[in-house]
Amino acid sequence: MAKLRILSFDAVIIGGGGSGLRTSLQLSQSGYNTAVITKVFPTRSHTVSAQGGITCAIASEDPDDDWRWHMYDTVKGSDYIGDQDAIEYMCSEGPQAVFELEHMGMPFSRNKDGRIYQRPFGGQSRDYGRGGQAARTCAAADRTGHALLHTLYQANLKSNTVFFNEWYATDIVKNQDGIVVGVVAICIETGELVYVRSKATVFATGGAGRIFASTTNAMINTGDGIGMALRAGFPVQDMEMWQFHPTGIYGAGTLVTEGCRGEGGYLLNKNGERFMERYAPNAKDLAGRDVVARSMVLEIIAGRGCGPDGDHVMLKLDHLGEKVLTEKLPGILELSRTFAHVDPIKEPIPVVPTCHYMMGGIPTNIHGQALTLDKNGKDQIIEGLFAVGEAACVSVHGANRLGGNSLIDLVVFGRAAGIHIETMLKQGLEHRSAAESDIDNATQRLQRLNTSTSGENVSVLRKELQAVMQNYFGVFRTGSFMQEGIAKLKVLRERIANVSLQDKSMVFNTARIEALELENLFEVAEATAISAEGRTESRGAHAREDFTERDDVNWLCHSLYYPATKTLAKRAVNFAPLTVPKFEPKIRTY
Amino acid sequence: MVTNITSLGRNGVHDWLVQRISAVVLLAYFVFLVVYVATNTDLSFSQWQNLFSHTWMRVFSLTALLSLCAHAWIGMWTISTDYFTSAMLGSAATVIRLGFQLVCLLILISYFVWCVQILWSI
Amino acid sequence: MLVSIYRYNPETDSQPRMQDYQVELPQGKDIMVLDVLQLVKEQDSSVTYRRSCREGVCGSDGLNMSGKNGLACITPVSHVIKNNKLVIRPLPGLPVIRDLVVDMAAFYKQYERIKPYLQNDTSPPAIERLQSPEDRAKLDGLYECILCACCSTSCPSFWWNPDKFVGPAGLLQAYRFLIDSRDTHTQERLAELEDPFSVFRCRGIMNCVSVCPKGLNPTQAIGHIRNMLLERGI
Repeated sequence: MAKLRILSFDAVIIGGGGSGLRTSLQLSQSGYNTAVITKVFPTRSHTVSAQGGITCAIASEDPDDDWRWHMYDTVKGSDYIGDQDAIEYMCSEGPQAVFELEHMGMPFSRNKDGRIYQRPFGGQSRDYGRGGQAARTCAAADRTGHALLHTLYQANLKSNTVFFNEWYATDIVKNQDGIVVGVVAICIETGELVYVRSKATVFATGGAGRIFASTTNAMINTGDGIGMALRAGFPVQDMEMWQFHPTGIYGAGTLVTEGCRGEGGYLLNKNGERFMERYAPNAKDLAGRDVVARSMVLEIIAGRGCGPDGDHVMLKLDHLGEKVLTEKLPGILELSRTFAHVDPIKEPIPVVPTCHYMMGGIPTNIHGQALTLDKNGKDQIIEGLFAVGEAACVSVHGANRLGGNSLIDLVVFGRAAGIHIETMLKQGLEHRSAAESDIDNATQRLQRLNTSTSGENVSVLRKELQAVMQNYFGVFRTGSFMQEGIAKLKVLRERIANVSLQDKSMVFNTARIEALELENLFEVAEATAISAEGRTESRGAHAREDFTERDDVNWLCHSLYYPATKTLAKRAVNFAPLTVPKFEPKIRTY
Repeated sequence: MVTNITSLGRNGVHDWLVQRISAVVLLAYFVFLVVYVATNTDLSFSQWQNLFSHTWMRVFSLTALLSLCAHAWIGMWTISTDYFTSAMLGSAATVIRLGFQLVCLLILISYFVWCVQILWSI
Repeated sequence: MLVSIYRYNPETDSQPRMQDYQVELPQGKDIMVLDVLQLVKEQDSSVTYRRSCREGVCGSDGLNMSGKNGLACITPVSHVIKNNKLVIRPLPGLPVIRDLVVDMAAFYKQYERIKPYLQNDTSPPAIERLQSPEDRAKLDGLYECILCACCSTSCPSFWWNPDKFVGPAGLLQAYRFLIDSRDTHTQERLAELEDPFSVFRCRGIMNCVSVCPKGLNPTQAIGHIRNMLLERGI
């Protein structure tokens, strides 16, 4: 194959969402030659869709608020497989990271003292669960993600980050020592393939909600980073843990924020009953998302769902009044009118649990360094590779993420990775060499696709994949059923490996990108399926009908999926925070 | 700030204000003339000449004349930079635009000089 | 339903052309134009357009649908269909890269020109900078812009001088920072805008207001900037 043009940077960040932009900002502010490769213009990244807020104990609504309470909630929310050192780091560094965002100009909503407005969100408590509901989620109306992403992009413009907008990274370039030395990427506009060489490669590629038929995720959420890591032979962690958001708009899949319930909205079944009072007597509609989503599905299964097919429930907001709704939830009014054809000021919104967030991902330490296990089962750093944001599994979310914790994860760990790479660069981190064959390896699947002559259509295969995941790996899971799903995926792998690209043009060929994305979707789906089948317990978002109880004896650990053997290993959860006593696993009730 | 321009003022606030003030002056001038003609139904040439022999009328006319020139220049310059652009006309745009602007300028100067001559010859 | 789509591939076409597709709409459901495009792409994978969030917040799929700019993902077919036909073209006024994808460089350049970031010379406090709810309310209707370019590409002044006139989207953001109580560079920002092109090419025809998918009002913001410039200039 012809020699590729080479671009060199101190650090390359793949992905222009919140976590990627926070990492790049850290580095370019310090004067390092930093590039962001992003398949869409940065403000089109999925962070823009985040609504309700960013959870952080800045003690604005409650002067006594304490990051340790936030830590307690997060550990409990994770069903105790969140790493406590990482959660400690996130909750304690969080306020600083949020204040920095405000200093950059982020237009947070304000309370009457002029401080950042905070609203109640699910799973939040005061005083380690003893002090009732907390209000800890900092918000910019219900457009917090939009405000955050635009602010970060603007800050990057100010600090002269190099942007490769509408470039698509296809695969990792790994040298003979197993060190990640960069990626191969396509300029979508021209079709040119380039080797981007970097001292540190950061995956900020976001989630992969598009493996499910019904998802709140953007169409670009195809798990590209996870796919690339798996193809390079690196393991991924806790891939069975997929969050189903309780309130996706029925039929459309678009999200309505948990902030609706934070502001006082609640769910109703067809009898007009506020059923969450039965499932979570204390927190009610603000229980953990996994709990609420499961309760909704149980209501629907019990025949108490709404609509002619009884397949959804209702989110009531009208009692909050027009003033609160237009001030605090203007975006929700817009979305409901457009996608559900209802006006929340007058009538309830039809909602159904919808795939929303990937708690799993590339395992990392708190510096964003990607990890694998050595022969003795000890953590081993994958040199050159970093992961942040939803693509990473630090793991602060464990088996279930709390609302508002994704945005704080982005900025805290995006920043942390940036700081760490900065230190490494200062200490003399250099480019590592790659042989011609290493680069060729990374271009192989593109070569195959470009020379494909027969095979199946991308959109047909994608639909089938999404249907399998939706049907066999949804809110409730069963072993035998999942094995069927895995068998179906096996067949799909062959067919997807043989996908054909009819349009082979160079300029802005989105068909080629979609074909490459499909392969990534498949890798994520398979990792999810095998991890889900392997974890024989119910924990957090992973609910099994054949193993209904949490099993702390065998499964108080991360699952680690190895792509080469398609097998599952266990990795210990961190129970050693540095400044506070550890939180012991307890029965999780709300 | 956009600086590569041929506008005489090179300042949008200035242009914007001049455009509006000159419009008000022109309106006042023409309203005055119309009212004058309408109220003097048997207007004779000597009467008309007499009107323009007053210093205040000469100053008023001169102000209106200046306003007209400024107003027309800003307007024509704006039109030329809207329509005679390289996106519209290719590489010849600059020459065409500059030519148009020079012609406008020459016409305005000629009219101005001519009008001053007329006013002061009365 | 008949969908007529603007097609142009620089590798094979010397001229753009309109291509017709027959699409079966689902019964009893008013789908969005983006859904129609997806159905077309299933028939013909070479049809090219941008899309991401599919819920009207990312700004990827600004298109011209039956003559009016808007976001394909939140525009129901029933709103733009004429005589059982839907005509989809790229946003006007920007160079076409391929099919419905335009080169937005000129648009982004104007956005970058207004320095779209907070500038404050005082050192930040240990916590957030305080801002009263009233001062924060001044940013409403401004910060929500999604940079879809529907407004700027419906503005004749921007078509004529995309390199000099900032355009409605850029000016909306310029005002967002001019009016932010936390920004200390108001005078420098205004100085950058006082030439005859940057702001004053707005003629107030309000095309931008009529197409904005987020219901924002750039014309009003431009009026405010003009007033600030006048106050400063007199």
